[in-house]
Amino acid sequence: MISALWVMIGISLLLGAVLGYSAIKFKVEGNPLVEKIDAVLPQTQCGQCGYPGCMPYAEAIAKGEVGINKCPPGGEEGIQKLADLLGVEFQPFGEGAAPKGKAVAFIDEQTCIGCTLCIQACPVDAIAGAAKQMHTIIASECTGCELCLPPCPVDCITMEAIGENITNWKWRHPVIIPIKVAA
Amino acid sequence: MRQLFAFHGGVHPPTHKDESTRTPIARTPLPSKLVIPLSQHVGNRAVPIVQVGERVLKGQKIGRPEGKLSSAVHASTSGTVTAIDMQLVAHHSGLPDLCVTLVPDGKDEWIEHGGVDLQHTSHSELRHLLRKAGVVGLGGAVFPSDLKTDAHHHKIKTLVINGAECEPYITCDDVLMRERAADILRGADILRVLLHAEEVLIGIEDNKSEAIAAMQLAVEQHKHDKMEVLSVPTMYPSGGAKQLIRILTGIEVAAGVRSTEMGVQCFNVATAYSVWRALAHGEPLLSRIVTVTGNVTDAQNFDVLIGTPLAELVVLAGSKPDTNRHIMGGPMMGVDLPTGTIGITKATNCIIESSPKLFPPQPPALPCIRCTRCAEVCPAELQPQDLYWFAKSNNFGKTEEFHLFDCIECGACAYVCPSNIPLVQYYRYAKSEIHERERDKKAADLARERHEYRQLRIERDKQEKAEKLAQKEREAAAKAAQAAAAPVATPDDAQQKLIEEALARANAQAAVAHPQNTETLTSEQSAEIAAIEARRAKIREMAADAGADDEPPKSH
Repeated sequence: MISALWVMIGISLLLGAVLGYSAIKFKVEGNPLVEKIDAVLPQTQCGQCGYPGCMPYAEAIAKGEVGINKCPPGGEEGIQKLADLLGVEFQPFGEGAAPKGKAVAFIDEQTCIGCTLCIQACPVDAIAGAAKQMHTIIASECTGCELCLPPCPVDCITMEAIGENITNWKWRHPVIIPIKVAA
Repeated sequence: MRQLFAFHGGVHPPTHKDESTRTPIARTPLPSKLVIPLSQHVGNRAVPIVQVGERVLKGQKIGRPEGKLSSAVHASTSGTVTAIDMQLVAHHSGLPDLCVTLVPDGKDEWIEHGGVDLQHTSHSELRHLLRKAGVVGLGGAVFPSDLKTDAHHHKIKTLVINGAECEPYITCDDVLMRERAADILRGADILRVLLHAEEVLIGIEDNKSEAIAAMQLAVEQHKHDKMEVLSVPTMYPSGGAKQLIRILTGIEVAAGVRSTEMGVQCFNVATAYSVWRALAHGEPLLSRIVTVTGNVTDAQNFDVLIGTPLAELVVLAGSKPDTNRHIMGGPMMGVDLPTGTIGITKATNCIIESSPKLFPPQPPALPCIRCTRCAEVCPAELQPQDLYWFAKSNNFGKTEEFHLFDCIECGACAYVCPSNIPLVQYYRYAKSEIHERERDKKAADLARERHEYRQLRIERDKQEKAEKLAQKEREAAAKAAQAAAAPVATPDDAQQKLIEEALARANAQAAVAHPQNTETLTSEQSAEIAAIEARRAKIREMAADAGADDEPPKSH
């Protein structure tokens, strides 16, 4: 009887020690959910959600401070992915937050005065140039966030939509014409 | 007798091959213009290296390969480049791509060219020549051949030469084998040497008895002891690379594995022929055999210059007036061509003139009844009905789990579907959606990385600035402390002396600098000056009293 008790106490102490040790050894730094949310976000760093970048928005979502429908570049599919990840209901976009087509910024090099304000505004370093030198957009790096538009003092930056071409063309969902069955 | 194997599934559509094999390969007259697309191969589009208005010779390179996965493009005849612009090309999208338009001068004048000594040229040099000659797979995949001749340290046992040509209507490989068997075998032998393969197996469907006979005769005549011509049962799609490898060697190339890893490489017969022309004669890929059949009076094969406009080609075969569309390729996997201006490319093996009578419009699709006939015929052993459900409901993760990317889009499933569901379209839709997501993911990862680096850089700059400032402050404090500790000893005597001398000079100068024209003043003038001086003094006082805190009054 007493030996059984000792065995049980021994086992519980051992397991407790193992659990305690692993809690320290395998401690997860930070919130892993934030990274998962950040992975779903489109990384345009545009701030349309009201946060200064995708990571801060992901943090806010993880804390439950904000809805999942604040990211227009992610589109409705992005909302759906967030809803699936977080196990919440799909929320449609609110007023004025509809997604736009993909675009890249374009600098009119005739008008550019080389003030570097757009370079400072670009969140992904996609503008090349220097003070009093002409600036230009590195189109392959541009996320289309539009953050360079407001600082430009001469309004020489425009957004150019990325049209469909032979390399980015996609097959459409086949349209099935339903057969009308006579009642 | 070598044992042959069978692949799973397959269908037997009516072949319609006899119509176009009655006559030998016909030469085409020079067309009025050539529209040569710069992207006729898998990979990066070639970069144009000619100018509008430039005269080019036959065989002159007009597009340079860009990057590793790319191929060269050449002028198919001599003439003048009249445009380099976006034109409609043979593509499912019906979108334009960059093309070079060439107006022939009728002279058909060759650029200087010649073959190489195959025995004394290194393998890497031969591969380079293939790339320069723009040789790509002519079976339809148009993959650059120079890359396929590099086995990447895998031991290649078998080289498969694909003459199966399983798709209905197409006979270009058939007639090529009948007429140019010797050159095909010579090309195949070069490929065998490049790959260090032990044997060459040439697979031809048994409905092409003349081609089989011609190839066997050529093997015997030229004493290719390592080659064997094998007749394989007629079954669509036995001409798929993986399917033919399975039939001839019994090897099943697993998902996501290259056939070279299993010791097999596969080339089309027409590719072997153009390899021979390119290396032994120095002729780039300028023309190919194209079957023109379907709704025409004289279905036959033509040796067509790359870039020949579709309309000028189909006229030669007698296209009938009720033709409503042109199909490039076969009826199972072909592409609809929107207009007659589209140029023939390296991928064009067949043009089927179609009429509503020949190919009646597809009846409306009915719901899937889960009969699984598609699964029975699928040569890739997939579950097409499941893939269809997942693709239809945009469940792309599931389609990938069900090995969507093993689908070769042969169309056997759609062919047997009793509900007429356009199954292949669903798979292509799902594939391109998945590809787009991958592109977006890549772009997002790049943007994240760049954004994080930018944040890091800004933070680092801030820290460096703060450190510099702190350093300066520390230095200033140290100096002040030093000055306080030894007030007399430190000021340099010499420096002090210099300062004193400078002060003395300044004072002397100030004393010398008198106002001019003040020696002979009248009393009135003196009085006026005094009054002005008094006013000035008063203003200064007032300004000081008013407490112009920010701006001290300017003294003159």
